[in-house]
Amino acid sequence: MFTLIKDTLLSQVVTLWGVFMKLFDKKDTVEYPDEQPYMFPRWRGRIILSRDPDGEERCVACNLCAVACPVDCIALQKGEMEDGRWYPEFFRINFSRCIMCGFCEEACPTNAIQLTPDFEMAEYVRQDMVWEKEDLLIDGTGKYHDYNFYRVAGMEIAGKGKGEAQNEAKPVDVRSLMP
Amino acid sequence: MAKVVIDGKEYEVNPDNNLLQECLSQGLDLPYFCWHPCMGSVGACRQCAVKQYRDEDDKEGMLVMACMTPASDGTRISIEDEQAKDMRERVIESLMISHPHDCPVCEEGGECHLQDMTLMSGHNYRRYDKQKRTHHNQYLGPFINHEMNRCIACYRCVRFYDDYAGGTDLAAQASHHHVYFGRHEDGVLESEFSGNLVEVCPTGVFTDKAFSENYTRKWDLQTAPSVCAGCSVGCNTTPGERYGTLRRITNRYNSEVNGYFICDRGRFGFDYVNSDSRLRRAVAQVNDEAAEMSDEQVADLLAELKSEGAIGIGSPRSSNEANYALRSLVGEENFYSGMADDERAVSRLILELSRDKAFHSPSIREIEKADAVLVIGEDVTNTAARVALALRQSVRNKASQLATDNNIPVWQDAAVRELAQHERSPLSILSAYATRLDDVASEVIVESYENQAAIANAVAARLSSNAPATAPLSPELQAHVDVISEHLAGARRPLIVSGSSNGQIELVKAAANVARALQDKNEVAIGLCLVQREANSFGLEMLLRAENGLGAALDKLSKGEVKKAIVLENDLYRRASHAAVDAALDNAESLVVLDLLPTRTTAKATHVVPTTAFSEHEATYVNYEGRAQLSYQVHQCKFGAQPAWQWLHSSDVNAIVQECSEEAKGFDKLSTLLPGIDQFVAGMKVPRQTHRYSGRTAEIANLNVHEPKQPQDNNSVLSFSMEGIPALKDASVLGASWSPSWNSNQSISKFQDEINGELKQGDTGRLLVERTESGAYLMPETDTVQVAEGQLLLARSLQIFGSDELSAHATAIQQRATGPYLSLSPEDASRLGISQGDAVSLNGNGAIATACIRSRMKTGTASLYVDDSIDYYALPAAIGPSKSEQQGSDRSLDGLIISDRYEEGY
Repeated sequence: MFTLIKDTLLSQVVTLWGVFMKLFDKKDTVEYPDEQPYMFPRWRGRIILSRDPDGEERCVACNLCAVACPVDCIALQKGEMEDGRWYPEFFRINFSRCIMCGFCEEACPTNAIQLTPDFEMAEYVRQDMVWEKEDLLIDGTGKYHDYNFYRVAGMEIAGKGKGEAQNEAKPVDVRSLMP
Repeated sequence: MAKVVIDGKEYEVNPDNNLLQECLSQGLDLPYFCWHPCMGSVGACRQCAVKQYRDEDDKEGMLVMACMTPASDGTRISIEDEQAKDMRERVIESLMISHPHDCPVCEEGGECHLQDMTLMSGHNYRRYDKQKRTHHNQYLGPFINHEMNRCIACYRCVRFYDDYAGGTDLAAQASHHHVYFGRHEDGVLESEFSGNLVEVCPTGVFTDKAFSENYTRKWDLQTAPSVCAGCSVGCNTTPGERYGTLRRITNRYNSEVNGYFICDRGRFGFDYVNSDSRLRRAVAQVNDEAAEMSDEQVADLLAELKSEGAIGIGSPRSSNEANYALRSLVGEENFYSGMADDERAVSRLILELSRDKAFHSPSIREIEKADAVLVIGEDVTNTAARVALALRQSVRNKASQLATDNNIPVWQDAAVRELAQHERSPLSILSAYATRLDDVASEVIVESYENQAAIANAVAARLSSNAPATAPLSPELQAHVDVISEHLAGARRPLIVSGSSNGQIELVKAAANVARALQDKNEVAIGLCLVQREANSFGLEMLLRAENGLGAALDKLSKGEVKKAIVLENDLYRRASHAAVDAALDNAESLVVLDLLPTRTTAKATHVVPTTAFSEHEATYVNYEGRAQLSYQVHQCKFGAQPAWQWLHSSDVNAIVQECSEEAKGFDKLSTLLPGIDQFVAGMKVPRQTHRYSGRTAEIANLNVHEPKQPQDNNSVLSFSMEGIPALKDASVLGASWSPSWNSNQSISKFQDEINGELKQGDTGRLLVERTESGAYLMPETDTVQVAEGQLLLARSLQIFGSDELSAHATAIQQRATGPYLSLSPEDASRLGISQGDAVSLNGNGAIATACIRSRMKTGTASLYVDDSIDYYALPAAIGPSKSEQQGSDRSLDGLIISDRYEEGY
């Protein structure tokens, strides 16, 4: 009889006691929305498109985010500026499909697409969860401040000719006979 | 067969090949750059290093280049050996030292052989921290982008462009790590095959410019196996679609037809499909007002025309199904050819000759094997370019023979070229003007059509005493006859090439006579390659009655014998004199024209019915050999256009193909082209979209976030989605090839039963016509054209960029097209007071062309290239050109690629 009480009842009493004592612990939840929680910078929330330190669009429309996306919710079309830069003619994210996995950010070779700590994206109408480039593109560099893809890439753009990227030699003169 | 041991496993291989080729044939992964299945080995890139062992006891081994080592019996190699792997990793590390940080903005990314090989070799980090060498790029014309920084100096581009395709304006320049592949100065790449550089270059130095303007990664393109509708060769292609527009065309391997290469007309001449001027709705013209018609109204109209005995005019650029559907609507007796009468007469003769046992129609692969060729009057570079590329390979058979005699393997490309120097198999060309093949020809004879036929008939008479006797020729021409006869008589695989493009039936008759004379002598079927102008000229002719020419149809209309006509995808103003067409069409009470773009004929129509382009429907086409090939639908047409066969007959293409093979004479093998769904895994469809297709849930989310059901394709074994079992090991309906670790087009080796062999489960098409009849020599009929004093005998030139009706609407092609031009000899030009580039009045009837003085034109003859502005069929056979004050076409001769442009003072 005593063994039965010890095996069943006592464990329940101990559990109840434990729950009761939690009343006096520090709270993990906050009174949202009156009080805003602290969001870590690497939290994977709303997706943005950032600009490089010179203020130009970072996205070069390489399509790697779109192909990495497991729910295929990113669609874009490559265009080319007069100055030779590639850019997305349109860039669309269907947030009603997005699972905030962050694969797009990992795939992005230019640090253009980034996930931010903002999670307040609820809408009454699902159609409003389709975001276009105008909605996604911010004015700053986001989390990564210094990177500018075109300073590294070999492609020529206005203001940066051949041989002017980082770690590049001057263009070869093919008519020269010098070794 | 030889036995070689690769990594301890024994394989049966072909000892005539090199180890790299045989490793790939066995499905093994071995990285390479400079080797190409069609161009042999040069051992330039050092990437395919493997360890070779003397015998079983040899544990040390030595590193060799697999592409430079014969796969002889008893060879023991290791691909997996640590030292070999290390060597390959180091080699690619050196190749990549100056490769720019460009992949995200490179059109090759995602289908890049360099990316694949880098990954395969295990290189991943640039340890060299010094500067990268850079290069300036060049402007290379409307087709190709140049980005020299990306070059790894494998030399494939110049080996293709110069050595394989005979180009002269792309070369390797400078030395050591400065080596540069480009032109001597900025300018348009001249070769008609320049587009293949995009596929030959293992990285992104040469990329597709037209594609770049509407760029999509390879994995995002919806593709299906298709057939090029640009000429009568029927090259296999892979068109790719994204967001509702057609983006690009690439080569699709077919061992018998195009192999690895297609021409630039086929690659760049497609964007009329996306044109804003496409016909979108069925329209009735009532009292000068356009009224839209519903599908039912069109069906009622067609039923009414059928009951009233309307005639139908077919089209050589439409599929068998479309032509058959029209034929079954109007009845065989009311179905007329849509070809010009002179061209159609030749087409009829070609069909008859295709039933003759004495000849055989060589495929492109067989043309490459010919060891003596006679081309009669057909400018194949401009009418069937892929044949010209094959003829270029045929002259190398002498080199292969020399190599074999000297125990040099044929794949040792540099050694074979060094050995052969300028030794070539004979290629004799009879033409009205200098052609683009002249640089490899042994004999080039520029003569009038009449003399060309006379020379060819004299060759026939010389070869066989049974051939019709010919009148004696001038000693000069007779000398040519002797040489050509000697070449052909001494050849093991002689080939005669001619065609219908000029509408000269005597040339084709003469070609048949030469082939028959050879057959008399050799007792084997002789290769007789007769090309035509359009994709389905051959198929249309098979559906026609002999007497139903276009002239007869126009006659009936203008005489009022019939009042109603249906014209299928055909601009009749390109086929007959404008006066004759006007007389006929103005007389018609009811004229229904089905087409995809507005033409002068649709402008005359009472009812215009919009049809789909080649990539928007499934259809079969018959090429110059009589080979029927199936072209699948790539994407859906988003507006009111339907396939012509659907308007005219029924919506089930399979049923039409089935019916056509039962009802139409000669088409009985057509239905065997249709794949059965049961041949695929679990009876599942094959997806048109790749397994990496992106953006499905976002591409039309701006219109409606609730995604519609994927469009269904009930008639085809392909699906308009990612669903189904992709063609990973089964090439029976292979669109874009892909294999694990092989994202580029080089992955095709994984689908071949051996390198350069047939595709596994692949379809090379069906030869429809059986050769059962035995024919006789065709008597030449000389109808000498009367040339008045001061007049010039007229021949016709065609242009690869411009002569084909549909591709001439493509933006990239238009940038290479010229306006009408008249080729003249310098003597005639100076006599007529015409200088280079002058506007020339052709016959005082308002037709204007630009004068193009060519040093090798024969005096007294001229050759005319026309575009739609000239009423060609109203011109007489001899013209008296004069300098015109009026300005002609605004396009100058600058873009014209000819070898013998006359420059005063030289």
